[in-house]
Amino acid sequence: MDEILKVNGLSKTFTLSRKQQKIEQGEAGVASGKRIKVAVDNLTFDAYRGEIFGLLGPNGAGKTTTLRMLSTLIKPDSGDAVLDGCSIVGDPEGVRSKIGFLTSELKLEDFFTPNYLFDFFSQLHHVDPVTTAQRKARMFERFGIDKFAEVKVANLSTGMKQKLSLVISLVHEPEVIIFDEPTNGLDVLTARTVTDYLQELKGEGKTIILSTHIFSLVERLCDRVGIIIDGRMTNCGTLDEVCNGMTLEDRFFEIYKEQKGGDE
Amino acid sequence: MKSNTWTIIKKEFARFFGDRQLLFTTVILPGLLIYIVYSLMGSGIQSMISEGADEVVTMRVENMPESLAPVLNSIDSNLVVVEQPFTDEDIALLEDKELNAVLLRFPAGFDSLFAAPADPTALPNVEIYYNSTNNASSRVYMIVSSMLGNYGRPFTVNVPQNEEQRFDQATDDSIGAMIWSKLLPMLIIMMLFSGVMAIAPSSIAGEKERGTIATLLVTPMRRNELALGKIVSLSGIALLSGISSFIGIALSLPKMISMDSGTGAPDLGFHYTTNDYLVLLLVIFASVLIMASAVSLLSALAKDVKNAGTMVTPFMLVVMLCGLLPMFQDGASTNLVVYLIPFYNSIEVMTAVFAHEMTWTPVIITIVSDVVYTAIAVWGLTRMFNSEKVMFSK
Repeated sequence: MDEILKVNGLSKTFTLSRKQQKIEQGEAGVASGKRIKVAVDNLTFDAYRGEIFGLLGPNGAGKTTTLRMLSTLIKPDSGDAVLDGCSIVGDPEGVRSKIGFLTSELKLEDFFTPNYLFDFFSQLHHVDPVTTAQRKARMFERFGIDKFAEVKVANLSTGMKQKLSLVISLVHEPEVIIFDEPTNGLDVLTARTVTDYLQELKGEGKTIILSTHIFSLVERLCDRVGIIIDGRMTNCGTLDEVCNGMTLEDRFFEIYKEQKGGDE
Repeated sequence: MKSNTWTIIKKEFARFFGDRQLLFTTVILPGLLIYIVYSLMGSGIQSMISEGADEVVTMRVENMPESLAPVLNSIDSNLVVVEQPFTDEDIALLEDKELNAVLLRFPAGFDSLFAAPADPTALPNVEIYYNSTNNASSRVYMIVSSMLGNYGRPFTVNVPQNEEQRFDQATDDSIGAMIWSKLLPMLIIMMLFSGVMAIAPSSIAGEKERGTIATLLVTPMRRNELALGKIVSLSGIALLSGISSFIGIALSLPKMISMDSGTGAPDLGFHYTTNDYLVLLLVIFASVLIMASAVSLLSALAKDVKNAGTMVTPFMLVVMLCGLLPMFQDGASTNLVVYLIPFYNSIEVMTAVFAHEMTWTPVIITIVSDVVYTAIAVWGLTRMFNSEKVMFSK
């Protein structure tokens, strides 16, 4: 299998505010005086070309932080990841030219129209005008944006905005697509459109890294899965390897109890 | 009902007093700034009043009356009183500021004119020639005319004997230049700054607040390209806004102060060369670059547009204060180091241009230093775009 992403010892910590520090100490039951929160702790995994890799974990496990590091929005404290030959530490521009990153954190300017935004982001990705026009026609038709191409983003429905964000993140047809919680906040129709499209992209040989806390999504889409708890990768492999004959949900809670010492 | 009101009041107070920056800019800063601004204005006015006091001024007196000689000779140690007649050529030298002096002419036999009862239709007239655009000359004129006013004998001062006779040798053009050089730099800077203020906070802090900056940051574009693009585009838009304001000021000011030509009043319109306009345009552009750079940096540091507005306010007051300084100065500074100070350098160059005192060295220092500061700001903004703490902290 052709390895397209190699994540090696990725770690990330955040400094806590004094108030947050007190809350954390209260939860831990000790006055440790720590001002540092470890969000991602020495994370290592690989992803292969043409697969859908899922990061599964509860809220606050470090999934989004990991994806933000992979998309070079934030820098790791230590470790590195090499994505299609580009290091997230040494060549962030190179990484960004090869990925499409989608998260609810990324918004589009309300003032502009889908038509304008597609052209604008294509230019930033150095896509030539002819290719841009062809891709735009194809993608807009695929997601039904063509009818709203000249409507300002502010006037689009939430579902349409989500579809547009997806399309905009793929203007340069990246080899690796990184999705943070791809179906979060979407209605069932839009969620289905998105998951179907992810499978289409996989069929085209693209690699998809997604994060989620929804078991069914992982079971339906992912070839391989990594379980993250408290910033650490506890298990990583194909669904069969990770599940060990159990359902993903049962297996996850078993791992979770092991990690938390059975007190959850 | 009452408890709800109290809950809302507590929440508003918690929001206000919990935000140290807001507390500082709302409660502490206004008093502090008023103290600083008024103190500076006070010392500015003081220095303006005392300006020229150290300069040695010659007062040439024609037909010095014996009764006034001791008083006139003891006005000031820096005033050299010379009893000597003067000609029209000497008066002309005042106009060109080549003569740092006041020329005082008494009627012949001034003291004896008061021996007989005064004829109110033919009072003796004392002539004081001076130049109001020369601080030293103007100062001595005021002292002498005030002193003569208290003399206690009936005579007139500076009553023209014909239409052409002028006592103040400042030309209309030089008076206009003085007025423009004191007023316009401040107005231009304020207009340019308001242009920058209208767009810069929403361009960066607004993008952070709306979450659209992150969408740009995941494209392969380099952060310095983004920083330069932001600063140049903001400068361009602010420049358009500033030019529009400037044209409005240039057209309306002569009318506003009723000094338009054709009304019989002095013509104080613009008498500036293409060179002056070119320098003005260059300096305006350099100022806009610096303003856009500074506001962009503050805007990038701010959490949202409101916060950006709060952060920019003190800075705006400092800029306005710089704009006020020409009012307390006699022309532009000759100290070249001044032209390395951002904002103030532009004000000084504009003052020099409007006062017809422009020389190229300060202009070049101003433009080069402003471009260097802008480059530093682009570097700083690039670092901010690279900083997850600045870009993503809430």
